[in-house]
Amino acid sequence: MEMNRKSRLHLPRAPARPGEVPDFSYVQLSAAGAVARPDVNARARDIVSLSLDLVRVLDDAGDAVGPWHPHLDAADLQVGLRHMLLTRLFDDRMQRNQRAGKISFYIRSLGEEAVSVAQCMALRPGDMLFPSYRNQGLQIARGIPLVDLMCQCLSNTRDMCKGRQLPVMYHSKSGNIFSISGNLATQFPQAVGWAMAAAIKGEDHLAASWIGEGSSAEADFHHALLFASVYQAPVILNVVNNQWAISTFQGYAGGEQRSFAARGPGYGIAGIRVDGNDFLAVYAVTQWAAERARTGAGPTLIELVTYRAAAHSTSDDPARYRAKNDQEHWPLGDPILRLKQHLIGLGEWSEARHQAMAAELETLVQTSWKEAVTFGTMTEGPRLDADLMFEDVFKEMPEHLQRQRALMRAERSRSGGK
Amino acid sequence: MAGMNMIQALNSAMDIMLMKDPSVVIMGEDVGYFGGVFRATEGLQRKYGEHRVIDTPIAEGGIVGTAIGMSVNGLRPVAEIQFADYIYPGFDQIVSELARIRYRSAGEFFAPVTIRTPCGGGIRGGQTHSQSPEGIFTHVSGLKVVMPSNPYDAKGLLITCIEDDDPVIFFEPKRLYNGPFDGDPGKPAVPWSSHPKGQVDEGYYTVPLAKADIVRAGADVTVITYGTMVYVALAAAASLNLHAEIIDLRSLVPLDVDTICTSVRKTGRCVVAHEATRFSGFGAEILSVVQEECFWDLEAPIQRVAGWDTPYPHAFEWEYFPGQARVAMALRAVMESA
Repeated sequence: MEMNRKSRLHLPRAPARPGEVPDFSYVQLSAAGAVARPDVNARARDIVSLSLDLVRVLDDAGDAVGPWHPHLDAADLQVGLRHMLLTRLFDDRMQRNQRAGKISFYIRSLGEEAVSVAQCMALRPGDMLFPSYRNQGLQIARGIPLVDLMCQCLSNTRDMCKGRQLPVMYHSKSGNIFSISGNLATQFPQAVGWAMAAAIKGEDHLAASWIGEGSSAEADFHHALLFASVYQAPVILNVVNNQWAISTFQGYAGGEQRSFAARGPGYGIAGIRVDGNDFLAVYAVTQWAAERARTGAGPTLIELVTYRAAAHSTSDDPARYRAKNDQEHWPLGDPILRLKQHLIGLGEWSEARHQAMAAELETLVQTSWKEAVTFGTMTEGPRLDADLMFEDVFKEMPEHLQRQRALMRAERSRSGGK
Repeated sequence: MAGMNMIQALNSAMDIMLMKDPSVVIMGEDVGYFGGVFRATEGLQRKYGEHRVIDTPIAEGGIVGTAIGMSVNGLRPVAEIQFADYIYPGFDQIVSELARIRYRSAGEFFAPVTIRTPCGGGIRGGQTHSQSPEGIFTHVSGLKVVMPSNPYDAKGLLITCIEDDDPVIFFEPKRLYNGPFDGDPGKPAVPWSSHPKGQVDEGYYTVPLAKADIVRAGADVTVITYGTMVYVALAAAASLNLHAEIIDLRSLVPLDVDTICTSVRKTGRCVVAHEATRFSGFGAEILSVVQEECFWDLEAPIQRVAGWDTPYPHAFEWEYFPGQARVAMALRAVMESA
């Protein structure tokens, strides 16, 4: 083969790598308030432009404008701000705990807090959530105690997963939050199936699920959209476009040629692209999608345009593949600062109140951690009984697992329990 | 009791469960209006409606993924994968999700999904309609794996699996749908109506998992098998005038170790037979169990009969298929040793 000709293959390029100036000119923006809000019963084919525009409510001055303004009470906005700030402080603390060797692994949601918090607040408690690993805001907004989340990350004696899952793979049956998988996008068709069952049973609950834009490359994404479309399942499918899948720029998930939301109309599903750092806009589009689902108008694919301000996980170092301080150049800003600015503009918040709330939440995080470690850490305190590893493989333990449990016990007693 | 072939027996099981339990739904490609390419769900959509017997897109990963979600929301889906050869697009949802949901959520969530899928060869199906991939699934923690060999068991086992709160992969040896097949394609087909296991109770009954069936008692040698090979083994033993004890495992996971070992301790000789390929096949697990539990009772090395380790070839079906000659050779070897 002759290799001296220039390759005609197109290779998506990240706009800025280390040593280069951050460049977000590729992000297609709409002005706040500029995008029309169609009726919730509009047919997917008639609202294709929603999947290409960007729904925004908060303008640069922090004022809420346009038809998507959800007109929430100030008290609700304050609750949203509180959940987002708590999510961030919890993340900070758990990141430091991982660096201190207290937990094995952690994943932060820095910069993406509005996605989980606003979306959860726009849904009902009976709606079933199928999160990814970067949706801790859902857990917090659903009121799961921090101690429970921390004990899971510690794999300690109060771990809801009985020591079987990596940190952050939470679940809550009573909170209607499904068990998180480490395999990407698998929750998407599961959410559709859950929603199909709700429809079959004649219940008005809906399901919502979240994946990253990188994971939208998986077949499960396409299965989910197809089944959701075929059966018009009451489901909200969310693609959190935080621009990066570890080191891989969103262009490699196919984001260069067309928005992720635009996959929806391709399947006959309403697609809507929203400023993921705008609490009000995220709330409004989720409320719109939920009403569609509940009234039988079908599923919605939401692309939440945001930025992964932190590393992928504690095992990752973005300095090796991203421009330095790139998040400071992100055109959609920070979700907490923007909602704070909006509330201050309304006269419903102040810097002093913000500082007081931050201090109160910091104390909550600290006392929660102190309580969590009393149930054990990886190195100290009580440990889960290793027998637990054989339980819940099946509802009843079959003979071969009983034998293996006996072998493990014998092995442990011979080695003095080490 | 009524005469039923295996398809009719499976249909009866699903009919009874749809009637008995409103949470049961059937889903899969062609299962609804048409009643399935093998007719296993014939008439069920007419009887129970489109919301309980659901036609799906051709997307096995989507079928399994949505079935999981449905089961988490209180339904009890029976999903058909049209051929076991087509199950692989659903593999990640089966292995990483279905099998582990109870475990990873510490029992808070569980997924009572039954996946029915026709398997095995002998039908001129070539390499995409003849595979026996059960060993791929027996290797996965958290899955039950079942393969009936006759109409009576098929119905009772399927009802058990649908009622089971754990996920089950239910393999149906399609060469046995219409009658017991002894591995000789030259002989006229034998219908289930002439076989005692083709007499099936029309009502509700169950056949338990983890309980092998001693199809024929014998003292000379134990043949441990399942699916189509049950009849091949019976014919091969008869051709050698051997009093072979033929064990039909029925359920591979969980496995009935007691019945296997009691028999081998009695006969001292053991042949393991399956249609699936040999290398890393489920037979290796059986061999290992027998070796560990019955080593001092063995009079001869254990023999293994299986499909060759090639893809399933269209033109060489009967050279590939582990027929009576291959089983007979193993039986002779195990009888002649020591």
